[in-house]
Amino acid sequence: MNGWRRLFSSPITIIALLGAVLITAFAVAAEIPLSERKSGYDFMGRETRAMQDDDTTNPGMLWVLDGEALWSRKAGTADKSCADCHGDATTSMKGVAARYPAFSPARGRPINLEQRINICRTDQQKATPLAFESKDLLALAAYVGRQSHGMPVEIAADERTKPFLDAGRDMFTQRQGQLNLSCAQCHDDNWGGKLAGAPIPQGHATGYPLYRLEWQSLGSLQRRLRNCLFGMRAETYALGAPEYVDLELYLAWRARGMPVETPAVRP
Amino acid sequence: MSNALHATRRRFLVDSAGLIAGIGLVSVAAIEPARATPAMMDAAIKKVVGGAALRKGKVKLDLAPLIENGNTVPLAVSVESPMSAEDYVKAIHVFNEKNPQPNVVSVHIGPRAGKASISTRIRLADTQRVIAIAEMSDGTFWSDEAEVVVTLAACLEGI
Amino acid sequence: MARALINVPAKAKRGDVIEIKTLISHPMEPGYRPDSSGVVMPRDIINLFVCSYNGEEIFRADLFAAVAANPFIAFSTVATESGKLEFKWTGDNGFSAVETATITVE
Repeated sequence: MNGWRRLFSSPITIIALLGAVLITAFAVAAEIPLSERKSGYDFMGRETRAMQDDDTTNPGMLWVLDGEALWSRKAGTADKSCADCHGDATTSMKGVAARYPAFSPARGRPINLEQRINICRTDQQKATPLAFESKDLLALAAYVGRQSHGMPVEIAADERTKPFLDAGRDMFTQRQGQLNLSCAQCHDDNWGGKLAGAPIPQGHATGYPLYRLEWQSLGSLQRRLRNCLFGMRAETYALGAPEYVDLELYLAWRARGMPVETPAVRP
Repeated sequence: MSNALHATRRRFLVDSAGLIAGIGLVSVAAIEPARATPAMMDAAIKKVVGGAALRKGKVKLDLAPLIENGNTVPLAVSVESPMSAEDYVKAIHVFNEKNPQPNVVSVHIGPRAGKASISTRIRLADTQRVIAIAEMSDGTFWSDEAEVVVTLAACLEGI
Repeated sequence: MARALINVPAKAKRGDVIEIKTLISHPMEPGYRPDSSGVVMPRDIINLFVCSYNGEEIFRADLFAAVAANPFIAFSTVATESGKLEFKWTGDNGFSAVETATITVE
């Protein structure tokens, strides 16, 4: 059993397996037709789905509750809380996460939800920005994301966002890393297949930040993207890099119309 | 980070499906913690059960046969019992075969429970057997076991 | 900061068997995993969970390192009278958390 697992996980074997998969399923990288899109939820087992469905058992809800508490906590030299400007999040934040990443005129480019929260922290609360992947930033992103639960992902695809959408699409379709793999080769062309025993999902990021069983914690989309790049043996960018936001924007466009699942649970 | 460190971490992640057991690190700083063996599990069970016979029946151990990630495995145990003052389940003990330690959880209940049914989430480091043992008020022990297959996340991460 | 999620029905009929679900934030570090520099992280787990109903213990669980992070424990109890349910978790490094819930039994 041990030997078998080692064989199947060695890089040589993975390359050989992928080579076989790619040769048999060779096609020009094509987007998944809108009607055939499935959430990562559909590729999970019954028990993991049950964990996500029940608010009383979804570990991600612990962060949502933390975020709810943080929402009313005053911060910074301005001594303001999110609630002081935005009032009740269940109304003011409804639908907000569903349209992120969104174009920021001040920054001249799209930004993601975590960056938007930090802009509020520095510009409005006059507080230090929260570190990426910190408990507080994840909690706030989970709480705000939760207010879009069930709503369709809908980012703006217009003249302003087009260059960044194109950059994100390019990153998704270009081969990279030691395995010379592109995201599209797994997630557009071979979804539903298996890689080292686990099903390949389509890669729609509709549930972030999410509780990943592998992390035993809630984490952001950028953390997951870094993990993917690492798995592809490609260069990972630092958290907060614009390349990630471009890719997040493209992924959100690719998932347009699919319901927000934040906080999702994934293996 | 050197390639050697990458390879070491990959090896580590490959060999311990639940990221827990820390088995088989092939680096200079290799640490091989004790891994439970079926014998250790038997010893741990004996500590609880003593010399009494372990009967099959009454207990239902609910575990998915194929686990997506060994870090968080939903587990449920239910025991047939009237849970009356004269006839009830005193405790439910769960053991495993291949994690570093054989004990998983021990639950103590009584007639006030209404029914003998618990659920939790556990860690499983490898494909292995899990055993649930119910200790009854009349001193008898009943058990159920399951063999589960633990798979691993596809893109091995390390960050 | 919210650390635990408790789910107890607010109301129940006398004699009903009610479901209680608890979820608490805790890493449950087993004591076998190395960190990124290869140093094994010490054990840090919750090892005891007790639930009392109007002061009387109705459920006790001894937890070991094999319990998953952010421990989820669900169990049942008979709704006997209105009052307070208290949930207490204790563990390594002096960890201690208490949560309460009230129930109306008619």
